[in-house]
Amino acid sequence: MEFKSRNQGQLLSKIATNDGHGENSPYFDGWKAYDSDPYHPTENPHGVIQMGLAENQLCFDLIQEWIKNNPKASICTAEGAADFKDIAIYQDYHGLPQFRNAVARFMEKVRGNRVRFDPDRIVMSGGATGAQETLAFCLVDRGEALLVPTPYYPGNDRDLTWRTGVKLVPVVCESSDAFQITRAALEAAYKQAQDSNIRVKGLLLNNPSNPLGTVIDRQTLQESLDFTADKNIHLICDEIYSATVSGQPGFTSIAEVVQENPHCNLDLVHIVYSLSKDLGFPGFRVGVVYSYNDAVVSCARKMSSFGLVSTQTQRLIAGMLSDEEFVDGFLAESRRRLGKRRADMCEGLGQVGIWNLEGNAGLFCWMDLRRLLKAATYEAELELWRLIVNEVKLNVSPGAAFHCSEPGWFRVCFANMDDETMEVAMERIRKFVARKQRRRMELEVSLSFRRRRDELVMMSPHSPMASPLVRART
Amino acid sequence: MSSHKAKSKRFQNRIPSLPLHSSKSPPQTSRKHTLHSLTHRRRRGRLHMTQTPPNDESRPTRTGMRLIVPLQGVVQGRGGILLGSLIPCALFYFLQFYLKRNRSPPPPNPPPSRSASSSDLPRSSSRPNLLSRGASMGRVQLSARANHVAKANESPYYIGLDRVREDAYDELTNPDGVIQLGLAENRLSLDLIEERLSKNLADLMSGAGGHPGLRGIATYQPFDGLLEFKMAMADFMTEAMGNEVSFDPLKMVLTSGGTPALEILSFCLADPGNAFLVPAPYYPGFDRDLKWRTGVELIPVHCRSCDNFALSITALEQAFNQARKRGQKVRGILISNPSNPVGNMLNPYDILDFARERNIHIISDEIFAGSTYGNEKFVSMAEIVDSEDAFKDRVHIVYGLSKDLCIPGFRVGVIYSFNENVLKASKKLTRFSSVSTPTQQILAPMLSDKRFIQEYINTNRQRIRSMYDLVVSGLKELGLECTESSGGLYCWVDMSKLISPYNEKGELDLWDKLLNTAKINVTPGSACHCIEPGWFRFCFTTLRVNEVPLVMERIRKVVEICKPSV
Repeated sequence: MEFKSRNQGQLLSKIATNDGHGENSPYFDGWKAYDSDPYHPTENPHGVIQMGLAENQLCFDLIQEWIKNNPKASICTAEGAADFKDIAIYQDYHGLPQFRNAVARFMEKVRGNRVRFDPDRIVMSGGATGAQETLAFCLVDRGEALLVPTPYYPGNDRDLTWRTGVKLVPVVCESSDAFQITRAALEAAYKQAQDSNIRVKGLLLNNPSNPLGTVIDRQTLQESLDFTADKNIHLICDEIYSATVSGQPGFTSIAEVVQENPHCNLDLVHIVYSLSKDLGFPGFRVGVVYSYNDAVVSCARKMSSFGLVSTQTQRLIAGMLSDEEFVDGFLAESRRRLGKRRADMCEGLGQVGIWNLEGNAGLFCWMDLRRLLKAATYEAELELWRLIVNEVKLNVSPGAAFHCSEPGWFRVCFANMDDETMEVAMERIRKFVARKQRRRMELEVSLSFRRRRDELVMMSPHSPMASPLVRART
Repeated sequence: MSSHKAKSKRFQNRIPSLPLHSSKSPPQTSRKHTLHSLTHRRRRGRLHMTQTPPNDESRPTRTGMRLIVPLQGVVQGRGGILLGSLIPCALFYFLQFYLKRNRSPPPPNPPPSRSASSSDLPRSSSRPNLLSRGASMGRVQLSARANHVAKANESPYYIGLDRVREDAYDELTNPDGVIQLGLAENRLSLDLIEERLSKNLADLMSGAGGHPGLRGIATYQPFDGLLEFKMAMADFMTEAMGNEVSFDPLKMVLTSGGTPALEILSFCLADPGNAFLVPAPYYPGFDRDLKWRTGVELIPVHCRSCDNFALSITALEQAFNQARKRGQKVRGILISNPSNPVGNMLNPYDILDFARERNIHIISDEIFAGSTYGNEKFVSMAEIVDSEDAFKDRVHIVYGLSKDLCIPGFRVGVIYSFNENVLKASKKLTRFSSVSTPTQQILAPMLSDKRFIQEYINTNRQRIRSMYDLVVSGLKELGLECTESSGGLYCWVDMSKLISPYNEKGELDLWDKLLNTAKINVTPGSACHCIEPGWFRFCFTTLRVNEVPLVMERIRKVVEICKPSV
């Protein structure tokens, strides 16, 4: 109350004083823990390891080498200085033509050259964050809503709603379905919004999914497309992790599905893309809106003045992405390294009986710690999470932050560290789980002994089911 | 819930207070019945809405009776005319209110918004074979905001810029193209920057000279800017603003250009429907930057040629009071100093006094602070609040490198605020518009190079000055006067003698002639909300010295066509 009146005295807006930034969610608490005590192999070996940041650092060596070998790509080198004047002064919000061409080609490549992208439909924005917000501004009015399947990236709550006044309506997906998006769930969410008199303007899909680390299959995409067409609402596909897919099933872009549907209304389909994850360049702040709707393209383009990418950066990226040989090599190697890192991690966790949702995409695993919860509640999840952050010293992200419908799931990012740090992190998890399990086993063993005694008396045929060993295998 | 209860309670209280008439007249039964059922239905709807437990089933009947009784009075000629007419009105009002609240959601196929898609983009290559979608398909609706934004290019400011984009003058390849005088960008001193920056990026990448290498560039960095860059930026600002005040890097939030800096401040300081006062003529981009997405209004405070376009505090007071009378909340005053498009200096003391008296914010856009060349001295808002502690947290400054360092392409803007909460909010909001990290890393060493910066600023000032003199004297020869300006990259030209009729239409006619006959793109005063017709902004720093005669020649043509009409 006092806080409020103080803000009132300063005459600030609601946006400046409300909680729309979402930094009061646990997802951000973990970051604060990391910031105050970051792990360093020699200087702070007992610090918190950051596993809450979906950052791709596995292929920096390739990029660094390319930049070193291609000084001409930057205008701030002796070799590239000839273009300095034109580039430094270029402030057209369309973006450099060579940049848009290169990004369009890159997006095609990532999608196996099965689709074509028109450079004139590429709209720049400040990271995927800015791209999401731009689309929300363009498509949805204050008070209207977008449907978002859960669990979803917590940043959506901020990026899509804070300044736009848009609402997000969760589409509840269940672990029993492996968190698949179903028509029934979509309809239920749509109806729920309608019942509360909220107008739904679109569906936001994240493919591959953050935090699940899975790709959305063609059939689900088709169903989603049908759903949005039936309701005449927009379909936004956030495909920022498209190049992080390793192995099968491969990535299917909405662009491919749209191409196979000659009758679908293209004006309803929009893609969000960025180079932050696929190339590992979040610092470059390059986001892209690709819309099939002319009006959205022209409107978003005007809005891109609010988050333009520096032309110096545009130019550098245009040079890099136009080097086809480099891009091919990079994509293959990046996928390989991500796949290996994921496999290593899953194997390590599997050894201590921890399973992840089966996935092959993204920079993270969706870890199932339901077994370790004291009770199936979000309080228990938060308690376990605090233990992991403060004692195990790993900043992972609890499922509640992702609006997961079931407590006990955690997102663990694995691509923002080197192999050694990864090994330390795995060791910490193994120790923690072993300790937890020993305690539980002791408890259960003592319980089952007691039960066994009872059973001996009662001669129950079901007694082995209570055994912790059996349990661990299921 | 409690408010609902209070509401329904009020509702109940009001009704019994009506005078009760006798209700014993059988002929009215059928009428009573219809009215009753109406009331009853409305009442049920209300119950449903407020979720009051429906345990007071008897009340609707009673209420209905009480409402109808006075009506009977009217019908039977037993007085109560006032009430008899008031109550049906009230009933009808509530019925409408109820229907409005409970109407079914708007139909899924709203009116076409395709008209907004005036752009003639080529369809994607995969598209032609998908074109079978026909008119039978429902039209898609964008947001109302989008339609609002789509209209924005109707301003001559943007039309002119688009024209140049399509048909830009080039000495060799397109000598008949349009010459750009409509964009405040400085091409005069780029050579200096280029020379200083052409150090090897490889150093930066490989980690030589203490640089963190790619890892320090490509990964997530603070959205509001690297501290080392902010420090360099603070030094540069101090230098550009004449070393009268030093800036604190901790009060800075970096944004990708001045545009998002202004928008973020607008988001922070005002709610939709609130307003800022803006001395007019003002920079046409303000309408985009502060209004488009925020829903905030700008109220022009007109300055006139007889005052040399100086801001009058009386006009400011008037605008403030008028807005207040309309019921509009004025949250602040937005100034550009040196003023864009006039190029004069504002007196920050008067503005500060006014804002303090009214208890409103000040957004001071000082993006041209380092591009001053005249006799008037520039005084930054930061300079005068330094000692005035109490009011400090109402003052917010916008700065950037696009004008003073001639690198608009690099997208570096700054919010400098004395208000902790605004800084806190802006730091979070700038995630939508951060400055690319490589850009920061490349610029930081140059900005902290004090000697270079001093030299650069002086040389740049001299070059702007001599260009200004050249252009102003050229215009004078054509019989065109400019207001005296001391800063900025433009002059403010009086062409009112050439327009006919003497109004906005005449001005736009002349603008059209300049654009299409003379092929120069300038900004007409009406695009800047200037109240007097016939003024134009000429940005001259986009020109090379040897292009000035050509520009003058082109203007002469138009002057000669228009002169007879004087």
